[in-house]
Amino acid sequence: MDDPIPSTLELRGCRIALRRAGSGRPLLILHGAGDAEEWLPCIADLAARHDVILPEHPGFGASETPDWLDTISDLANFYLEFLDRLGLTEVDLVGHDLGGWIAAELAVRNTRRLASLTLSGAAGIHVKGVAQVDTFLGSDEQRVRDLFHEPGRADPTLERLRRPEREDVVLKNQTTAARLVWQPRGYDPHLAKWLHRIDVPTLLVWGAHDRLFPPDYALAFHKLIPGAKLAVIPDCGHLPHVEQRGAFLVALENFLHGRRAAA
Amino acid sequence: MKFFNFHLMPYRHADLDAIERNGSAWVTFSNRHYDPQQGAGLYHEYLDQMEYADRLGFDGVCLNEHHQTAYGMMPIPGVLAGALARSVKRAKLAILGRALPLLNNPLMVAEEYAMLDNLTRGRFIAGFVRGIGAEYHAMGVNPTHSQDRFAEAHDLIVRAWTEPGPFQYVGKHYHFNYVNPWPRPWQSPHPPIWIPSQGSASTIRWAAQKRYTYAQTLSPIAVVARFFQMYRDEAEKAGYQASSDQLAWSNTIYVAETDAKAMREARPHLEALTNRFLKMPTEMLLPPGYSNIETIKRVRAVKVTGKPQTLDDLVKNGVVIVGSPSTVREKLAEYQDLAGFNTSLTKTQFGTLPDDMTRANMAAIAEEILPHFRDRLPQGAQQAAAE
Repeated sequence: MDDPIPSTLELRGCRIALRRAGSGRPLLILHGAGDAEEWLPCIADLAARHDVILPEHPGFGASETPDWLDTISDLANFYLEFLDRLGLTEVDLVGHDLGGWIAAELAVRNTRRLASLTLSGAAGIHVKGVAQVDTFLGSDEQRVRDLFHEPGRADPTLERLRRPEREDVVLKNQTTAARLVWQPRGYDPHLAKWLHRIDVPTLLVWGAHDRLFPPDYALAFHKLIPGAKLAVIPDCGHLPHVEQRGAFLVALENFLHGRRAAA
Repeated sequence: MKFFNFHLMPYRHADLDAIERNGSAWVTFSNRHYDPQQGAGLYHEYLDQMEYADRLGFDGVCLNEHHQTAYGMMPIPGVLAGALARSVKRAKLAILGRALPLLNNPLMVAEEYAMLDNLTRGRFIAGFVRGIGAEYHAMGVNPTHSQDRFAEAHDLIVRAWTEPGPFQYVGKHYHFNYVNPWPRPWQSPHPPIWIPSQGSASTIRWAAQKRYTYAQTLSPIAVVARFFQMYRDEAEKAGYQASSDQLAWSNTIYVAETDAKAMREARPHLEALTNRFLKMPTEMLLPPGYSNIETIKRVRAVKVTGKPQTLDDLVKNGVVIVGSPSTVREKLAEYQDLAGFNTSLTKTQFGTLPDDMTRANMAAIAEEILPHFRDRLPQGAQQAAAE
């Protein structure tokens, strides 16, 4: 297993932090509203078979906050330029939560550099009549507990986020997330109209007990993206890659392997 | 000193235990608890109090704007200002203020305020605020846009009042091909602009640079004094000496025959205001991006939203003045000299205080306090600084 190599990259006047590990076909992970660090254990596993790239979005973590950052569309366009800059092709793109929203917006625009798309607990669309937790009205603790099916499993995440040296980054991430998702809350009313354009194999991997984007959201994406496959992870909330890492990796690798076997 | 009767118009019949169970009177406190029969009664009771303030000799009456809360029943203060524009005959009429970033069309405030300025023939005072954090939850406006939208809406409104229309306005948040509001304001170049704030350094600097009257909301007098000094310092940097007329302290005053009686009578009603109507969790008060990260950290560190406050705390810290006429005169003079303000924005009704007690309080303030301060300016250090 290779340790991820942290580096930075400047694009559109914004220096972002980036981790890269392993070798194989490129696998680009777009993290959610929380942070990129929750992906590190997954990267350790994925690096055995993939060239894993985990950037921190503009406005998050150690990345700069550019003046031009207003919407998820800005980030979708940013990552299209990012793929161009790195000259990546045949990319397996994985996006979680608001990273899933970015990935879907990107794929609607252009799949030229993509081999596949995986959305996990993804934001971006609205399903009428499905209750969702308002993470912006939860206390610092409740907000994290709500991410998990078994609230006790939130303890390591809470402990990590509560470290005093993390306070600035946690507040920065919350601020950028609010900027991007506050209104309409977590979706773009125009995205659902164009999801049919996605023409690469797509996997939806979802916690069966996701309270932020309940499985009805996975079903809605499933209807809107032609040929999408659906893997619902039992005993799991909004963070399959954290709460059920093993099952998440099996679902992802099976999908990526099956896609290659078919190709 | 000038005295304004500042009303929050709380839904004073609210079930305080239900607020306690809900954790807040804001945003999530169900409007099932609002009874239109009682609410209508309160609107008239409170408007009658404002008219009474005019007859008693208060220099002005103040309204403000809050949304989806039992704390105040004025989501659209212009409705009440319209009702008062003809019945308040002499006093100034102030809206402190409208929450500009919540609006998708700030031109409507340029129109609304210009109408009120015409209706009152120039007795109108135009307040602009950002609204508190809870408003951004209640109204679905992105809190990270708050400061930008405030600045843009303010600039648009002032230009709409001062530049001949029609002209085009293109901002980041607001875009108009034709800015040309009818009517124009009665006062020239426009109604006085007052800026209430919780004490943000950038707001104080901006208000001082613009020479707008700065109103400090609900704070201990030592903090008020510090913020007013910041204002005077910023004015000096901007090349002028701020007058005490540019500084307004938003307070609560309750007067009864003796200190003990005043404290006894005010206690449940003021504590209901502070610990029930005003209470909200930090994440409701400070949504991400509403303030900068340093401010959020400071507020979280002192846990301002957690501690229940007793009337004794509020009196000791000089957030409110409660007592006999002589005690109230003494404290108010002391605070005026300490902080250097010349306008008192006074809540005479607060929390659950009923009508008869409110009117007795108003009459006592008018008879026992106002005349002693009519021509009084800040003494001592502040006076010296102003000369």
